[in-house]
Amino acid sequence: MARLDKESPDSLLLQMGPSHPAMHGTIRISLELDGERILRSDVEVGYLHRGFEKTCENRTYFNLLIYTDRLNYVSPLINNVGYAMTIEKLMGLQVPERAQFIRVLMSELSRISDHLTCLAAMAMECGAFTVFLYNMKAREFIWDVIEATTGARMTTSYIRVGGVRADLHPDYRVAVRKAVAETRKVLKDVHGLLDKNKIFLDRTRDIAVMTPENAIAYGWTGPCLRSTGVAYDVRKALPYLVYDRLRFDIPVGDRGDNFDRYMVRMREMEQSLRIVEQCLDSLPPSSVTRAADDLEPAEAILAARTKKPRRGIRLSPNLEGSEKAVYGDILAGDNRSIVPPKEETYTSIEGLISHFQFFMKGHGLRPPKGEVYFSVEGGNGELGIYLVSDGSDRPYRLHLRAPCFHVVAALEELIRGRMIADVIPTFGSMNMIGGELDR
Amino acid sequence: MISMPGHFVTTRFNHVLGWARKFSLFHYPYVTACCGMEYMSTACAHFDIDRFGAGMTRFSPRQSDLLLVVGTVTQKLAPVLKTVYDQMTEPKWVIAFGACAVSGGIYDNYAVVQGIDQIIPVDVFIPGCPPRPEMVLDGLLKLQDKIQKQEHDWRWKRRKP
Amino acid sequence: MEEKKALSELQKRFSGNILDASAPLGDETVVIRKDALLEIAEFLRNPPFAFTMLLDLTCVDYPDRRDRFEMVYHLFSLTLNERIRIKLALPESAASVASLTGLWKNADWLEREAFDMFGVRFDGHPDLRRLFMDEGFAGHPLRKDYPLRKRQPGIAPRT
Repeated sequence: MARLDKESPDSLLLQMGPSHPAMHGTIRISLELDGERILRSDVEVGYLHRGFEKTCENRTYFNLLIYTDRLNYVSPLINNVGYAMTIEKLMGLQVPERAQFIRVLMSELSRISDHLTCLAAMAMECGAFTVFLYNMKAREFIWDVIEATTGARMTTSYIRVGGVRADLHPDYRVAVRKAVAETRKVLKDVHGLLDKNKIFLDRTRDIAVMTPENAIAYGWTGPCLRSTGVAYDVRKALPYLVYDRLRFDIPVGDRGDNFDRYMVRMREMEQSLRIVEQCLDSLPPSSVTRAADDLEPAEAILAARTKKPRRGIRLSPNLEGSEKAVYGDILAGDNRSIVPPKEETYTSIEGLISHFQFFMKGHGLRPPKGEVYFSVEGGNGELGIYLVSDGSDRPYRLHLRAPCFHVVAALEELIRGRMIADVIPTFGSMNMIGGELDR
Repeated sequence: MISMPGHFVTTRFNHVLGWARKFSLFHYPYVTACCGMEYMSTACAHFDIDRFGAGMTRFSPRQSDLLLVVGTVTQKLAPVLKTVYDQMTEPKWVIAFGACAVSGGIYDNYAVVQGIDQIIPVDVFIPGCPPRPEMVLDGLLKLQDKIQKQEHDWRWKRRKP
Repeated sequence: MEEKKALSELQKRFSGNILDASAPLGDETVVIRKDALLEIAEFLRNPPFAFTMLLDLTCVDYPDRRDRFEMVYHLFSLTLNERIRIKLALPESAASVASLTGLWKNADWLEREAFDMFGVRFDGHPDLRRLFMDEGFAGHPLRKDYPLRKRQPGIAPRT
């Protein structure tokens, strides 16, 4: 269904998408062309509209966590953090310090993988396939770290209301340092391949220039806004978690063109690596020592029939990191909002009841009545969640302020008057993520 | 004599055709959502789909024989998927990659097609949200088995549609 | 505090149109009459408050209330580093409000989304049509009376 009506009889209508080689997401850009020059365009979104906000009104808060992973699916942990912190703001929960550091560590690893993916796709679409392969290689090391702790490479559902699901993997330091080293190597290679590459510069320098005033009028945030010269970052402006204690810079560009958006993302990755290293150094130590004479679960349940087992319980590998002893580090002490530890659930009646009540319909996580807006710095900018709660176990309304929605709203203006070939790096540098844009 | 089914030459020729087709799949990655990230991982150096001969990505339905539907297909996108499938030339196969393509996944609402087999015939379903690259490769191997064993239409007579 | 100044300035200048001003959980919120939206928005956008960024524009459906729809706007000021929330109520019979496309450019798409999902109309919007759903879609999905699973297939399922 071509929406554009031709304004001049000699022009050509061309549809780019919704299924197209650009790896970012399904979007249709209808172009009216005069030869190769774009006269008008119409950007049509909604091809990945999955009804997230409607689903939010029909699922409990705990269930909704899995849907938040799939919003900005290249940096899923940041979405989780935003969602969990919105509910915590409404409930007034305080998260333990170790959990805050873990959240920051995971967020920054997600942010690095987001930028790696964005630049990989952008470079590949311009023809630099090597950059795509290198970035994916670095991303695998980061995902190994995330997988060892959370159990999943991408859609993790790791950040919970009140803290995180499990403590870090015992060998996390080694894995994180390796990921950081590999990413630094890849960044150095990519700088060498693209920074002074005439072809890349011709395709991105002074293409799709955005002025700061225009960017603010469009509601741009994140790397795209910072590429125009405005140094607004939610982590610095309205710090959350422990970002006020960490030292990092906000890279800004000067011209607001495609190359600046690329460069800002590259520099942001270096800053994120700095934050990751600081987290490794300043992570509060775990307050737990694991004993050697722990009971097996079957023995513990048997022993619990007579009286509470005095020794610890060795949980299965799937639940590693979420033992009861670690709970003080990773989850807030509010019993209404967290899943009780498995040792309690299976060996005491109070634990069983609180486990049951947490998951039962109508009970469980019930924030007080009210509304709240909270935002975190997502991979694309200010990821905000506006939550209206009516006191029940389901949100009344949850609205996501998607950063790339506002960025893509400006796409039409940016490509007007340019060539078709300019659409590709422009669209690539915007990092449109369909899950976030269309919800 | 030669055109009788079950004849030695025809079965051998069928076998060779199956072997050739399964190891030279050109795929069309119809990427929509999160599974696209795992598709990218599968296609890249760590898990390399090219080892299995399926590494040539062709973004044109006319030039590809494997339609990899990756990610959620919404009601708005369904006609486009059908058009792309119809534009592909025979022989063609379809893999539903990810829970959303298999059955709608976690999205059971007004906007999502509950499985692409409601629109186009599917050969292999790969579950997972998202499936690990190893699972994707396993699914690809199953498809290759299927291609090897299926009756290939190589005769000059047009097959009945 | 700068944001308290914004709230108190608003209350001084538009006292007739401000129905409520509060700061629940630290989020400055002001409830206004729907006719005063453009005036108040323009006042906030200009210096000294300079709320130059429209962060978000959305709608909430309260079918039990007299005024069914509540529009919620979030504005952000880079100079003051503050946010403010503006809310206004719309009855179902007259579910239309002034468009902010003259003040902020992203209001274009945000209002299209609100129209698509809730059916609220925006006077002065240059091109008010659906954003996410197909143009032939009947109904507005995020209203409370639209069933979650009511599908309107884009293509007939194959037998």
